[in-house]
Amino acid sequence: MAYSDKVIDHYNNPRNVGSFQKDADDVGTGIVGAPECGDVMKLQIKVENDTIVDAKFKTFGCGSAIASSSLATEWLKGKSLEEAHKIKNTDIVQELNLPPVKIHCSVLAEDAIKAALGDYQKKAGEKKRKPAEAATSS
Amino acid sequence: MKLPIYLDNHSTTRCDPRVLEIMLPYFTEKFGNAASRNHSFGWEVEEAVEAARKQVAHLIQADAKEIIFTSGATESDNLALQGVVEMYREKGDHVITSSTEHRAVIDTAKYLEKKGIKVTFLPVDKTGMVSPDDVRNAITDKTILISVMMANNEIGTINPVAAIGKVAKEKGILFHCDATQGVGKIPVNVQEMGIDLMSFTAHKIYGPKGVGALYVRRKAPRVRLEPMLYGGGHERGMRSGTLPVPLIVGFGKACELCEQEMATESVRMAKMRDRLQEGIMKGMDEVYLNGHPTERLPNNLNMSFAYVEGEALLMGVKEIALSSGSACTSATLEPSYVLRALGVGSDLAHSSIRFGLGRFTTDEEVEYTIDRMIKAVTHLREMSPLYEMAKEGVDLKSVSWAAH
Repeated sequence: MAYSDKVIDHYNNPRNVGSFQKDADDVGTGIVGAPECGDVMKLQIKVENDTIVDAKFKTFGCGSAIASSSLATEWLKGKSLEEAHKIKNTDIVQELNLPPVKIHCSVLAEDAIKAALGDYQKKAGEKKRKPAEAATSS
Repeated sequence: MKLPIYLDNHSTTRCDPRVLEIMLPYFTEKFGNAASRNHSFGWEVEEAVEAARKQVAHLIQADAKEIIFTSGATESDNLALQGVVEMYREKGDHVITSSTEHRAVIDTAKYLEKKGIKVTFLPVDKTGMVSPDDVRNAITDKTILISVMMANNEIGTINPVAAIGKVAKEKGILFHCDATQGVGKIPVNVQEMGIDLMSFTAHKIYGPKGVGALYVRRKAPRVRLEPMLYGGGHERGMRSGTLPVPLIVGFGKACELCEQEMATESVRMAKMRDRLQEGIMKGMDEVYLNGHPTERLPNNLNMSFAYVEGEALLMGVKEIALSSGSACTSATLEPSYVLRALGVGSDLAHSSIRFGLGRFTTDEEVEYTIDRMIKAVTHLREMSPLYEMAKEGVDLKSVSWAAH
């Protein structure tokens, strides 16, 4: 099967490969997939004032899975949390010209984005609650 | 060295120039129909077909009359299973085969199941071998056929065919062997191995695509088959259809060359294969051999590169033609059923690569491949979350993954 030029480019020159400190307050981490299914994506965002200032990924999977997550990190940078929520797998399919058999790679990338956002928002929510709890107990 | 490099010789092989040369006149001036009994055009090609039949038979220590030409190993497998079952249906309704057979056998067996035949798919051990004792224990008084492959097309494991043939003889049950990957690569003797029917094909042994053979034993016992193709009664009535003379002539020559060169070629092949394995394993950690450490085809190497997905790896070495047990493109996302049957975990099955060396493989190509594999695996591991987790000491088996 022939890959599109964009998939090949992301595979050869993946953008934003790496990791952030998982337990840092300003980091959201999403890990989706399973090794036995042949793909696992780890996508991380770094957030300042509700804006994603940096994003990183690591992916175990085929070329299309690598390209989907690499593209996702590119798109996430500079977006607000609200904008990031709007990224759809179909946008990824279109940008990378993924064939039907590879659509699941884009779905996984969308899931990873959602999971990273969810993780960050959960952390942020807990942070807000803690001072509040402190106030009531005093 | 010329790129791309071809290391997918289990899939098909390049036609040897010596084979092609001998075929050419049979496309032009020697174009007759081997079944034309009343003119010289027919006679000369019939003679050529019979000479080729002898060459094919000789490679497997059979009599020329026992060779039935077909379109390839898939047809031979179908004819053996369907033909035997239809012919001997009154004697019983049970067939024994194994879980790592080629799809041509497995899918034919599943078709027979739909027609009411009971099929036992024997398991294999972790090296991919079928146990003769398992064969013996699976036999019932209704068993009419045992079909076990000689060597596996993915992992190269060579089955104890002679021991299985012995069990079949003892119990008086017909034994079919799909020897597509074995013939021409390792010595095959249908007498010593107790084989009654055997499938093989030309294009895996540097001959042309489109022709294969089914060996059908004529004596002790005389095997009968219900044909699948009816017509002019060619090939002892077992396979009608005008013979593809140029292909058959090429098949004969390919067999002759294999017979002449097997001793030296298999040693050269195994040496290159061992160098490939050693070079790769020295260059990186967490690489696993799939299949049997010694009982395997001299030209086969199947390895899993942990934490790296096979298809992505193929993409990283795209100037080398290889194949992977990963099934990222299949609708089910299921990896190789052969590796799964060995008990290889799905994760490592997704990470597997098959190297198939051949007559035209060079030492230089092997060295190049070692270097490229190490670079590609390293590149992919740098971006693998699994490799990162493993290096951090996380037991990946303990993680509760969300299967999708």
